[in-house]
Amino acid sequence: MLKRLHENSDRKKVTINFEGVQIEVLAGETVAAAVLAAETDYTRTSAISGVHRAPYCQMGICFECLMEIDGVPNRQACMIEVREGMKVNRQHGARGLSDEVSV
Amino acid sequence: MKSLYDLVIIGAGPAGLAAAVAARDFGLSTLVLDEQQIPGGQIYRSIEKALTENTPVLGKDYFHGQKLVERFRQAGADYLPEATIWDLGRDLIVSCLVDNQARQIRARHILIAVGAMERPVPIPGWTLPGVMGAAAADILFKSCDMIPEGPVVLAGSGPLQLLVACRLIDNGVKVAGMVETNGFGDNLKALPHFPGALRVPHYLIKGLSMLWKVRQAGIPAFRNATNLRVEGDESAEALCFDARGKAQKIPAKTILLHEGVVPNLQLTRLLGCEHQWYEPQRYWKPVLDSWGQTSVNGISVAGDAGGVFGAKTAEAAGHLAAIDISSRLQALSAQEKASAAAPLLKERAREMSIRPFLDTVFPPGRQALVPPGNETLVCRCEELTAGQIREAVALGALSPGQVKAQTRAGMGPCQGRMCGLTVAEIIAASRQVPLAEVGHLRVRPPLKPITLGQLAKLEIAE
Ligand SMILES: Cc1cc2nc3c(=O)[nH]c(=O)nc-3n(C[C@H](O)[C@H](O)[C@H](O)COP(=O)(O)OP(=O)(O)OC[C@H]3O[C@@H](n4cnc5c(N)ncnc54)[C@H](O)[C@@H]3O)c2cc1C
Ligand code: FES
Repeated sequence: MLKRLHENSDRKKVTINFEGVQIEVLAGETVAAAVLAAETDYTRTSAISGVHRAPYCQMGICFECLMEIDGVPNRQACMIEVREGMKVNRQHGARGLSDEVSV
Repeated sequence: MKSLYDLVIIGAGPAGLAAAVAARDFGLSTLVLDEQQIPGGQIYRSIEKALTENTPVLGKDYFHGQKLVERFRQAGADYLPEATIWDLGRDLIVSCLVDNQARQIRARHILIAVGAMERPVPIPGWTLPGVMGAAAADILFKSCDMIPEGPVVLAGSGPLQLLVACRLIDNGVKVAGMVETNGFGDNLKALPHFPGALRVPHYLIKGLSMLWKVRQAGIPAFRNATNLRVEGDESAEALCFDARGKAQKIPAKTILLHEGVVPNLQLTRLLGCEHQWYEPQRYWKPVLDSWGQTSVNGISVAGDAGGVFGAKTAEAAGHLAAIDISSRLQALSAQEKASAAAPLLKERAREMSIRPFLDTVFPPGRQALVPPGNETLVCRCEELTAGQIREAVALGALSPGQVKAQTRAGMGPCQGRMCGLTVAEIIAASRQVPLAEVGHLRVRPPLKPITLGQLAKLEIAE
């Protein structure tokens, strides 16, 4: 869905694990962007009908980018930068089991 | 980090940064909080990042921001990036989440400088992957050095849409269509405001040169488009619409929607500040005096969060708010206040002079305000359609609050940020009453997800 403008940038490379697959991304990218640049076009399935959804606003408003990051569900992937070794999974349906009090 | 500051500023965009620099000049202890990793806000997003490969195309305006950020870094204000505000009270206590740690900070005065958000554009198919806001593409470009895959179709109305189109052209992305929901009629309506706009001719020149670039690129352009919808199975495949008297269809991988930007009101709503309806762009904004003071004691607003008037206006407003707050906190005499403010008031008035023109040339499209069909998804979180909202109104719901109670619209993770305006517009249209009569959704804490574990470790401000 997204393309890097400078694939051979001299920025640091970072490896993250997306859905069990190691992918190489660039430091400074948000999780949402890095994942969308990796040949995928959706980041979660919707809470009611389970259809594919993708980040819409990229600025923390729409909550369409909710993903499970390092085991924690409901993280806004557009607001979080990639880190070496990060584990990222799509979020399926409503939030997973956790001690969330929000929403 | 202290536990009490003279001034806590929420938002490190042009408004918040200018306010911080001025407040430090007047000797106030100042803290700036922002959700982003580095200062700059929307227009100057990521300005300090090393993603400079692309910066030449960002233009002169972007570099104005560099100086502002530099001044901020040297001003001696405390700065807390990646801070998520989850509560804010009239007792002037800011509750935030930083680095997984919930904390509270007290202030003698709070300045809300949280900017604006893109107006949601509910059309059939807008929830498909491949569809996003035009400003979202701008953010990806600035902060991640990424562009959407072509062919791209841009649809809607507004200067930001034009800016994004130019950026795509400059980077060799195929733009398959520019589908505008405004038209010649809006140009005519804006004509009386043209003389005002001439006070800031550089904006007009910039606008014209962007229009010229789009035309030169030979992009198929449509105006007065109606009945927009995105077609696609698992993701967007085409934008369909009616224009030039017939049905049109443009295949695309990415569809960027834009109908202007609206103030970010979560915090002023939460605080119960008084708001007023701004008809030209059909949004709510907080009622402010000329210094940015709201109806709630100790709370001021500067920049786009108080009405979308652009970056330079935001900067002047931030500076003015800091002057006012300093004088309230007795760091400035009445005379010092007046003389410091005089040039800024002038500057702000000049910058504002283009707004009546812009706001009339680029009105939000009618379809985006009140989806005509019943099938359009309005509440993306709870997956509710315009038809379901209308049904609730038919069953007696008079306000967004009552619609929420009946349908759950606004109860999902985004807490009505995406559907609030549309639900209110649908109610007003169905009941045939002015929107101001319908009211708005109430905002409740926590504003962003916070876990019980994080709450349990909260250090409470006394
Ligand atoms: C996505 C987008 C892109 C834009 N791009 C341009 C452009 O290229 N050119 C142009 O002329 N105008 C642009 N605009 C218009 C622009 O918003 C204004 O001209 C200008 O940036 C307003 O300045 P500000 O200081 O009021 O707010 P902003 O610049 O929006 O800054 C607000 C800051 O507050 C922070 N914030 C928001 N909510 C919270 C919260 N709850 N907690 C903590 N921090 C928070 C944000 O992270 C941001 O840093 C854009 C607007 C948007 C929405
Ligand atoms: S993409 Fe909208 S909140 Fe992250």
